[in-house]
Amino acid sequence: MGLATFKGGVHPYEGKELSENKPVQILMPKGDMVYPMSQHIGAPANPLVKKGDKVLVGQKIGEAGGFISANVICSVSGTVKAIEPRRVANGSMANSVIVENDGEYTTIEGLGADRDPAKLSKQEIRDIVKEAGIVGLGGAGFPTHVKLTPKDENAIEYILVNGAECEPYLTSDYRMMLEEPEKIVGGLKVILQLFDNAKGIIGIENNKPEAIKILKDLVKDEPRIEVCELLTKYPQGGERSLIYATTGRKVNSSMLPADAGCIVDNIDTVIAIYMAVCKTTPLMRRIVTVTGDAIADPVNFNVKIGTAFPELVEAAGGFKTEPEKLIAGGPMMGMALFDLNIPVTKTNSALLCLTRDEVAASPETPCIRCGKCVSVCPSHIVPVLMMKAALKGDCEGFEKLSGMECMECGSCTFVCPAKRPLTQAFKEMRKTVAANRRKKA
Amino acid sequence: MAKLLNVSSSPHVRSHDTTQGLMLDVCIAMLPATAFGVFQFGLNALMVLLVTVAACVASEYVYETIMKKPITVYDLSAVVTGMILALNMPANIPLWIPALGGIFAIIVVKQLYGGIGQNFMNPALAGRCFLLISFAGKMSDFALDGWTGATPLAQLKAGETVDLAAMFVGKIPGTIGEVSVIALLVGGAYLAYRQVISLRIPVTYILTVAVFAFVFGQQDMTYVAAHICGGGLIFGAFFMATDYVTSPITPNGQIVFGVLLGVLTGLFRIFGGSAEGVSYAIIISNMLVPLIEKYTLPKAFGREGK
Repeated sequence: MGLATFKGGVHPYEGKELSENKPVQILMPKGDMVYPMSQHIGAPANPLVKKGDKVLVGQKIGEAGGFISANVICSVSGTVKAIEPRRVANGSMANSVIVENDGEYTTIEGLGADRDPAKLSKQEIRDIVKEAGIVGLGGAGFPTHVKLTPKDENAIEYILVNGAECEPYLTSDYRMMLEEPEKIVGGLKVILQLFDNAKGIIGIENNKPEAIKILKDLVKDEPRIEVCELLTKYPQGGERSLIYATTGRKVNSSMLPADAGCIVDNIDTVIAIYMAVCKTTPLMRRIVTVTGDAIADPVNFNVKIGTAFPELVEAAGGFKTEPEKLIAGGPMMGMALFDLNIPVTKTNSALLCLTRDEVAASPETPCIRCGKCVSVCPSHIVPVLMMKAALKGDCEGFEKLSGMECMECGSCTFVCPAKRPLTQAFKEMRKTVAANRRKKA
Repeated sequence: MAKLLNVSSSPHVRSHDTTQGLMLDVCIAMLPATAFGVFQFGLNALMVLLVTVAACVASEYVYETIMKKPITVYDLSAVVTGMILALNMPANIPLWIPALGGIFAIIVVKQLYGGIGQNFMNPALAGRCFLLISFAGKMSDFALDGWTGATPLAQLKAGETVDLAAMFVGKIPGTIGEVSVIALLVGGAYLAYRQVISLRIPVTYILTVAVFAFVFGQQDMTYVAAHICGGGLIFGAFFMATDYVTSPITPNGQIVFGVLLGVLTGLFRIFGGSAEGVSYAIIISNMLVPLIEKYTLPKAFGREGK
C-alpha cells in the first residue's frame, strides 16, 4: 500500500538538515517587546492597558475584538512604554502594545498551575482556549476557539493534527514531536473530549521517521488516536491536502473543514491547547526555526511572542554572509521582509535567511505551455489559463477557470520553467474577485 | 542594514527547470534518430541538418534584432525547430530548400504570431507542409544507397508486402529522421523519463492509428505494425504532436488530441490520395487545440460532483 497523499505537488530542496538536529533552545529577550493587536485572522484585539501600566507574565493585554478574533497575552513583566502602530511581517503597520521588559518575569497569580481536564466541561475548555489567545500557529492564525465551536459538534468525525511540516527548512514542529510528544497527545485528548464522535489522527510526513516512531509508540494504547504516515511532498500539510490524504474527504474553497467533519490543528497549536488547559499557561511563546545559508548557526528557538527578530538572529550567531533575502516563514508560502525590525508574532514559524534570492536570479520568460503547472496543481486547476485571464484582469474568466480554488501554495510558480509569477497574479485576482463578491452581497 | 533586501511574493524558491533545459532535452532526444539518419544517408543528411538549424537560428536572431525584441535564440527553441524540420527532409534535397523552410517556419509561423509560445501551429511542421506544397517532387524524392524507391507506406498502399524488421531498424527510404523506429523510441523514452513530455499524446495517437488501420484497413497484424512503424508516425507522435505550444494543456484534452490525430492520420493514409498523413494531421489538430482545451478543463479538487 502506498503512503497517504494527494495528487499533484512538488519536491523543493528540503533544507531541513540545517536545523533538524538542533534541540529547541529557550531564548530570553533583552530588548523591548512588541505585541501587535492583530496576529490572527479576524478583528484586531483592543488594548486593555495604557502607557505607564505595569504588566505581568500571563496578563491579558489585548481583548478579542469580536467572536472571530483573539486575545493577546503579555509574555514578560515590565511597563507599557507606548501603544502605537508597528511594522509586522506582512509589511503593514499594526497597532501594538510596546512593553519595556524588566527581566523579572513576575507572573500573574496561578500561572502554570496543574489542571485536570477531565473535571472541565466542554464550555469551560472552549473558554480557556479563547482566553489563552490561541490561534492556528501553522501560519494562518485562525482563532482556535472558533474552530473548536462548529455548528454541529456531533458531525465532527476527525481531529487532524498537522505534523506534515511540508514547508522546506522548517523544523519547529519536528523538534516538538521529538521533544514534547506527550503534550501533543495530551492536547489532542483535550480536543477529543469536545467531540464525542471524533477520532484523532496525527499526520506526519515520512521524512520524519523518528517522530513517527515516537508518536506511534505513545498512542499505541489510545483507542481514539492514530498516527498516519504521509508521503513527503509539498503541500502535504495544506489543509485540503492533509484532509484528503488522511480521510479521503475533499474540501473546496467554499467549505470549511468542519463541513467535511474535520478539524485540523497544527502541532504547536495542539501543544498550546494542552498548556492552556492542563498547565494554566496561555499562549505566550512559539517555536521558531532560524535558518538558511546566511545564518551562522541554524537553530530552533522557544521564543517569547513579541521578541524582536534581530535578537533571534544574534542568538543564532548572526549572519555568516550578508543575506539577500529574509523570509518570515518557509520559502514556499512565507513573506519576504524588507526590514528585520519586526516582532515575532503567533504565526511566525521561521526566519529564513538566504544569501541568494532565486526569484531575482530567475528572469521571467514567455510561457511555452509545457503544462508542468497543471500537473503539479493540488487543486487540479489550470494555472496557465488562469494566468492569461489574470493578465487581462478578466475576473469572470478567472472564476470560470475555478481560480478561486487556488490555495496559493506556490507549486505552479516553483515548477514553471519560464519562471512566471503565477501565484502572485492569482493572489491579486483572488483578492479582487473576493472584494467584488463582497460588494455585490 | 546598508544593503537593501530583496522582496517578492511567495514562493521564494524556483525549480532548476528552464525553457532552455527543456529544449536541450528535446535536442538530446533527437540525437539517436539524427545519428542514424547521418549514418544511413551520409554526409548529405548532416549538411541538411546544419543548414536548416542555421537558417532557423539566424532568421530568429535577425528578425528579433530588426524588430528590437529580446534575443531568444539561446532558449534553443529555434534549434529544436531546425532539427525537426531537417529530420523531415529527404537527405538528397538541394540545401536551399530546407533553408527556405527554416526561414518560413521561424519568421512566418513563429515570429509573426508573437514568438515563442504564441504560434498556433508547429513551426517545423508548417515549414515542412509549405515545402511539400511548393516543391512536391523534390520533397518526396527518397533515395537509399543510390537507389530510389517507394516508402513502405506507399508500397502498402499499392498492395505490396513490406519488411517489418527493416522498418524497425530503419533500413528503408524516407526522411532523414523518421526511418528508424528503434532510434526514435530511445529518444521518446528519454523525453518521458526526463518528464519533458507525458505519454498521453503519443500513446493515444499510436493506438488510435493501430485501431483505425485494423478496422478500416486490413485485419492483419503485419499491416497494422507497418502503419505504426512507417510514415513518420513514431517521429510525429513523440516529437511533433507533443510540441508544448501547439498541443492541449489539459490532461483529458491530450487524450482527445491523440485520438483526433490518430483518426485524421488513418483517414489520410487509408482513404486519402497520399500514403502519408502525419504532418497534415498534426497541423490540422493544432488549430483545434483551443477548442479541445475549452471542453476538457479539469474539475477542480472538491468540485468534481458539479
